[in-house]
Amino acid sequence: MSDERVVTVPIGPQHPALKEPESFMVDLRGEKIDAVRMRFGYNHRGIEKGCEQRSYTQDLYLVERVCGICSYAHSTAFVQAVEEIAGLELPRRAVYIRTIIAELERVHSHLLWLGVAGHEIGFDTLLMYTWRDREQVMILLARLTGNRVNYGMNTLGGVRRDIAPEMIPEILKVVDSLEERVKYYINLATSEQTVIQRLSGVGKLTREDALSLGTVGPTARASGVDRDTRRDDPYLAYRDVSFKVITDTHCDVYGRTVVRLGELLESFSIVRQLIKNIPDGPIAIKAPRRIPEGEAVSRYEAPRGEDVHYVRGNGSEKPERVKVRAPTLANTQSVSKMLEDGYLADLPIVIAAIDPCFSCTDRMVSLRENDGNEGRTMSWEEVSRYGVEWHKARGIDFSRVRIPGGAGA
Amino acid sequence: MSDVQAIAAELQSRFSLPEGALKVQRATRLWIETDKELFPQVFDHLVKGMGFSILCTITGLDLGADLGFIYHLAKDGGIMANLKTRCPKDGSIKTITPWFPGADIYERELVDLLGARIEGLGPGVRYPLPEDWPEGDHPLLKDWKPKTAPTLEKGTQANE
Repeated sequence: MSDERVVTVPIGPQHPALKEPESFMVDLRGEKIDAVRMRFGYNHRGIEKGCEQRSYTQDLYLVERVCGICSYAHSTAFVQAVEEIAGLELPRRAVYIRTIIAELERVHSHLLWLGVAGHEIGFDTLLMYTWRDREQVMILLARLTGNRVNYGMNTLGGVRRDIAPEMIPEILKVVDSLEERVKYYINLATSEQTVIQRLSGVGKLTREDALSLGTVGPTARASGVDRDTRRDDPYLAYRDVSFKVITDTHCDVYGRTVVRLGELLESFSIVRQLIKNIPDGPIAIKAPRRIPEGEAVSRYEAPRGEDVHYVRGNGSEKPERVKVRAPTLANTQSVSKMLEDGYLADLPIVIAAIDPCFSCTDRMVSLRENDGNEGRTMSWEEVSRYGVEWHKARGIDFSRVRIPGGAGA
Repeated sequence: MSDVQAIAAELQSRFSLPEGALKVQRATRLWIETDKELFPQVFDHLVKGMGFSILCTITGLDLGADLGFIYHLAKDGGIMANLKTRCPKDGSIKTITPWFPGADIYERELVDLLGARIEGLGPGVRYPLPEDWPEGDHPLLKDWKPKTAPTLEKGTQANE
């Protein structure tokens, strides 16, 4: 059938294929995409303006909520800029702890993405496997920081919590376990023909387009762009560790999968090196409440690409200006190019393949026992056990399920 | 002379920038200030002549009578050149989309949040404010206050 009529299909801002509110007006010729017009901003919350009206310490918690997944990336990018203006020299132990949390965050973010990608291509077993495995690092992060996301670890001049010696074996155990799982996923992604053929040639983005559109992170590296802020403009403790910047030249969703899986292995290696060499000493120095006049711009390789934070101080307790550039804003520019001349059915996985950011902060609640009184806050193990019992009571058979590091195994 | 100092020296000799217009903050941070007439030449030389091919973002500032703009450029190897310029609030600056097509969304953000006028920015949907946001209402200006604060009468449900 040679029907040349163009039909415009609105997808979003609320749509089952999207995890966040975004709008895509898709012009179709048959099943093929002719052009895409995008509209963003539905989640804009005025955080930059909010920062100007709060103290630097309050802003630390506010910017951590820019993103629900890479919350630590924003908190650290912001605090680095403020510390540069204030001329603070951090204790090395604090820098190492920040780097360990940063890499564990990358692990949970990339595993989350792998599950979402599996779901978008109808491979829900992959979603179940990866999110089960991801629980190991989520539980670890909760034990290290007190929360699964939005860790509240940073403070001006260092970190708020030390890593206790007894936590070191736990970190290494999780890293070993997840490394084994990721090797399995790499084998799967590079040998399973249904995965390879479903992802290959989908969402093409040439190196030239990736460069001209300002694409960042794994999306750019999968188009052969050899850039990674951790290596190119080192911050935290990245000068002290060796790692490879993973690139790929497939320039499609398959390449984006290969890059993120490769980066997971590098993250495990980085965490091991940091654990081995973490110095003793204090975890914070005293920081002034009033930050001097000045400005700084901080770059941070978040899981999705480069975060950029600009901070301008005016000598008071509140910043004059805070500017945040999250990597998704940079990468959205490339989405319409990736979709051009592709099939409508590929739209969800192409959008998902830039790993757009969506909040998952629903664990930020205080879970209390319903004992009829005011109750007491439940421990992490109790919450885990409660969840298992709740599902058992509804007929779920847990006899063949292993819950990593959790109760009810 | 370090790489960043060599870049600063070249800019100084080529454009005869006034004293204080160049500041090396550290090995990977250079700050450059220029008036808006000279801005396109300095910007073009940084991008095409000195390899600052990465546009990280654009920061807009309310500087009182003027709007300030910082173009955060970077090059492979890690050096970041932060090029500043300014114009009166009722003036305009030129678009950088001929150099960076992806700058479109950063410039639209300046238009919406600070009321910047950007010559040469093509038609397109606004970002990030909604289509029915009042004209002339720019939330990142220092004197901005919400014109209509949401209020609920006592006993009214929010979803009614």
